Amino acid sequence: MSLLLEIRDLHVEALGEDGRWHEIVGGVSVTLERSRVLGLIGESGAGKSTLGLAALGYARRGVRLARGSIRLDGEELLGAPYERLREIRGRRVTYVAQSAAAAFNPAFRIEDQCIEAAVAHGLMDEAEARAEARRLFAKLRLPDPETFGRRYPHQVSGGQLQRAMTVMALVPRPDLVVFDEPTTALDVTTQIEVLAAIKTAIEGEDLAAIYITHDLALVVQIAHRILVLKDGRAVEEGETSEILERPRQPYTRALVHLRRRFRPERPRPAEPPLLEVRGVEAAYGAVRVLEDVDLALWRGRTVAVVGESGSGKTTLARVVTGLLPPRRGEVRLDGRPLQPSYRRRSRDDLRRIQLVYQMPDVALNPRQTVEEIVGRPLTFYFDVRGTARRRRVEELLDAVELPASFADRYPAELSGGQKQRVAIARALAAEPEVMICDEVTSALDVQVADAVLALLLELQARTGIAYLYITHDLATVKAIADEIVVMLRGRVVESGPKSEVLAPPHHPYTELLLSSVPEMETGWLDRILRRRGHRAAPVAGNAPAEAGRMP
Amino acid sequence: MTPRMPWSARLGLALTLLFALLALVGPWIAPYDEARVVGEVWEPFSRAHPLGTDHLGRDMLSRMLYGARRTIGIALAATCLSFVLGTTLGYLAATLGGWVDAVLSRVVDTLMSIPTLIFALVVLAVLPPSVTVLILVMAVLDSTRVFRLARAVAMDVVVLEFVEAARLRGEGLGWIVLREIGPNTLPPLLAEFGMRFCFAILFLSSLSFLGLGIQPPAADWGGMVRDNANAIAFGLPVPLVPAAAIALLTVAVNLVVDWQLRRATAGRGA
Amino acid sequence: MHPIVALIARRLALGVLSLWAVSLLIFAGTEILPGDVAEAMLGQSATPEAVAAIRRELGLDRPAWERYLDWLAGMLRGDLGTSYANRMPVVALVGDRLANTLFLASVAAAVAVPLAILLGIVAVRWRETPVDRLLSAMTLSAISMPEFFVGYALIFLFAVTWPLASPIAAVHPGMALPDRLAAVALPVVTLAFVTVAHMMRMTRAAILNVMESPYIETAELKGLARTRIVLRHALPNALSPIINVVVINLAYLVVGVVVVEVVFVYPGLGQLMVDAVAKRDVPLVQACGMIFAATYVLLNLTADVLAILTNPRLRHPR
Repeated sequence: MSLLLEIRDLHVEALGEDGRWHEIVGGVSVTLERSRVLGLIGESGAGKSTLGLAALGYARRGVRLARGSIRLDGEELLGAPYERLREIRGRRVTYVAQSAAAAFNPAFRIEDQCIEAAVAHGLMDEAEARAEARRLFAKLRLPDPETFGRRYPHQVSGGQLQRAMTVMALVPRPDLVVFDEPTTALDVTTQIEVLAAIKTAIEGEDLAAIYITHDLALVVQIAHRILVLKDGRAVEEGETSEILERPRQPYTRALVHLRRRFRPERPRPAEPPLLEVRGVEAAYGAVRVLEDVDLALWRGRTVAVVGESGSGKTTLARVVTGLLPPRRGEVRLDGRPLQPSYRRRSRDDLRRIQLVYQMPDVALNPRQTVEEIVGRPLTFYFDVRGTARRRRVEELLDAVELPASFADRYPAELSGGQKQRVAIARALAAEPEVMICDEVTSALDVQVADAVLALLLELQARTGIAYLYITHDLATVKAIADEIVVMLRGRVVESGPKSEVLAPPHHPYTELLLSSVPEMETGWLDRILRRRGHRAAPVAGNAPAEAGRMP
Repeated sequence: MTPRMPWSARLGLALTLLFALLALVGPWIAPYDEARVVGEVWEPFSRAHPLGTDHLGRDMLSRMLYGARRTIGIALAATCLSFVLGTTLGYLAATLGGWVDAVLSRVVDTLMSIPTLIFALVVLAVLPPSVTVLILVMAVLDSTRVFRLARAVAMDVVVLEFVEAARLRGEGLGWIVLREIGPNTLPPLLAEFGMRFCFAILFLSSLSFLGLGIQPPAADWGGMVRDNANAIAFGLPVPLVPAAAIALLTVAVNLVVDWQLRRATAGRGA
Repeated sequence: MHPIVALIARRLALGVLSLWAVSLLIFAGTEILPGDVAEAMLGQSATPEAVAAIRRELGLDRPAWERYLDWLAGMLRGDLGTSYANRMPVVALVGDRLANTLFLASVAAAVAVPLAILLGIVAVRWRETPVDRLLSAMTLSAISMPEFFVGYALIFLFAVTWPLASPIAAVHPGMALPDRLAAVALPVVTLAFVTVAHMMRMTRAAILNVMESPYIETAELKGLARTRIVLRHALPNALSPIINVVVINLAYLVVGVVVVEVVFVYPGLGQLMVDAVAKRDVPLVQACGMIFAATYVLLNLTADVLAILTNPRLRHPR
């Protein structure tokens, strides 16, 4: 087995706002052999993409490969002349970007873009390249492989475009492909399709790959080896099975164990529900987005609303808060119907339902201090002012596990997780009975998200608040819910206590959702694909020798 | 972190402040009255008349100093008025949405489909060219641009969750506009203020130059260019003096604005 | 029908609608605002009887909406009314002047457009180098200067100090093209000066915007040659914004013509309009205003239609 890529002690720097260069990757080494897949995992800002692009000898604007060594088949890329790098890019090393929608040129047909590199480098003539592209379209299960490529990028779906991008990377028959978060922008069910397609594609083609992602469960399905990055440094590296079974670093251990959180379901209380949604139908203009939706939430309990983008789960939150008055049906609080529009609700009704948003960056006014942000509901609803307000703000910060001194900070001075805690404190300040959590952890890095989940559970135990928890992530649902509502295209397809919804028999869509959540074990993807009736992909396992023999 | 102010912006700021000072104290330090005839027609630069005399024999330096206050004052008044009008309506359109936004936007679109100068000429064919009329016409026509920008930046903020959170708390229109949207839209609007002020100076000067702005004998820079235009034919650079003053002032303000805009985009890119 | 045809048809209909709105505004601007044309025309000597007589003579005693409909109907027939000042048909006064203005504007555009695009490309190619910074400083100064400053400075330098060109752009019917071009040399440079600055800055921004797209990075990671990336991947996408920039700046140019014509005493429509405003010759002002505004609306409409035509998403709908 020969060494294909060898990165030694690579340092990468980025130009800061102050006009100076700061190190963003500090001395990382990577080795990759032919026919092997390396998983590169880490949180946002860990330097994954930078490292992936370095394999092509490329750095984005405002970034430079400062020192170290990048060798491809023994040839040094760092400091190589531009013309030499050009011969390597698109020919021996290719790249699949996170957002194919942005990475495809909107002005040209898909197939023309897929064959461009191979033809421009003189690897094959146009007819050969087209035949190769069509073979790969078929292999990646794209519809009508003969004519698919005649379409323009905006004419196909996101999942299809991502697979087309993979074809673009494979047509020149490179030695190495860098996949940069190729499924992150996709829905869970599509994500699995694309991952499976990529896996099949690389297994038959005799090439090496770097697969970059923040999701450990995804990468273990495809990678032989895994490199864990944190803050621009490699914290752990090893064979996939080794990382899964014996993670050595605390950070890696946290990644491996995160998805195992599970809170047993509590029985429904013997009282009428606190919040009820009855027969709601809602629309944006002529587009109907909710149809006949029912939901019930009991005091001190959690209902999780699960669905993919476009399922109407966020619209449901807008109806409950009164931002989008429903066309039909009603929302009841404590047995009493609420005004459809928030504008007509009483101040006390508004206070009793609070909303926490997905993106903490835009949920807090950047021009107000934490004290103003958290203190405003206190003044507004309870007329608490001055030192009394300051004291209460500090109590609330303590409740969300933030130091009292944060009261004087502006949101820009906080991390994402800290901002989300401030947003939760602001909601708590209103002393609500229902808190709507709209994907509150999905914009956060896994560890931070887990800590926020733990905080929510703890607050519920302490204050008896009820959560309407909206998410696309079934792992979170398992961790937090008492009841589950599954939504698909504006309708509730299944609902009930967690134990019932998660236990078979399932509604087919629930089944699809459940089976699309990657599990932290290596054979999961192959098993799922077999169960779904895909042509069985040859099992690669983690043995490099086996993978190397693939035809 | 604030990057160091580049020399161009420093120069612009210094010149802008100098012009502001001259506008404030100009008439008090002027050697002669703006309307007094003190010498021959188009006397060259001399100790008695550092900038020479104009087409009626009035002291150019004195007229420049009086003109500074009038030109800058009127342009500033028109810009302030146009900002009050434009931002108020723009914020209202963005916050209230619905038919308020639709009506205001259509009216502004229609007003903007006629070039400002042409519309001003049409209106000034009927209205008397008094200072009040000038300020009002300039302010109303220019407020359409301010409205567009104010509405656009407010729209960007209105859709953010912290504004929605304030609405859901039950806050009134006043709080939402003044406390949530206002502070977050100020930086782009400040840069725009500089640009609109430059435009007002150029616009007022153009109108005066065309004989439709400030009426003689009151001195203003654009009018002084017109009055002395014929001097050029005699090889005298007299009209270039007020014209250069206008150019220098607008270049100075634009240097500061350009720096502000660059800073804003740099911050966003990071 | 291809959706793009429907889209363009809708945009054209909207253009007609906005022309109508413009006519309404221009009429309202001269007729409904406070201020009385008759009084203004007579000035100090206005006796009530004389004012009433003039009003009757000009038909100002009829209701405004009636006069508006007459005016609009006349315009559609190609009759722009009669001048108050010399009782000539407005069409006769406007004809030659409009041709002169269009000549000046076209020559200026022919100089400015290629120059601006070239400089825009140069600024992008050598971006953030001294070349780019110098161009940026120069164009920033240029857009800050009033047209009459540039105009008189050029006259002072190239007509007085070094007499290379005429300070007055005198043209007359039947003049040969080379003479005509020589006559308008200085006004063309003046107009082009400011227009190039605006256009170049916007072109630079438009190209940079495209060059920073992820698909340019894709092209670069395919190992394509720089020229191929610019010509094949950047240009087709930059074309639409550049066309937009050009047409929008042509609309500015048409307005900038007014001041430049007065500086160079050029017998164009702008000069005519300014004189008419001074004489309070309302029908003539309305006609000139309508022509300028219509040109402006039509150019913006052209920009919109071209933007639709060059957008691949619209040309190849789902």
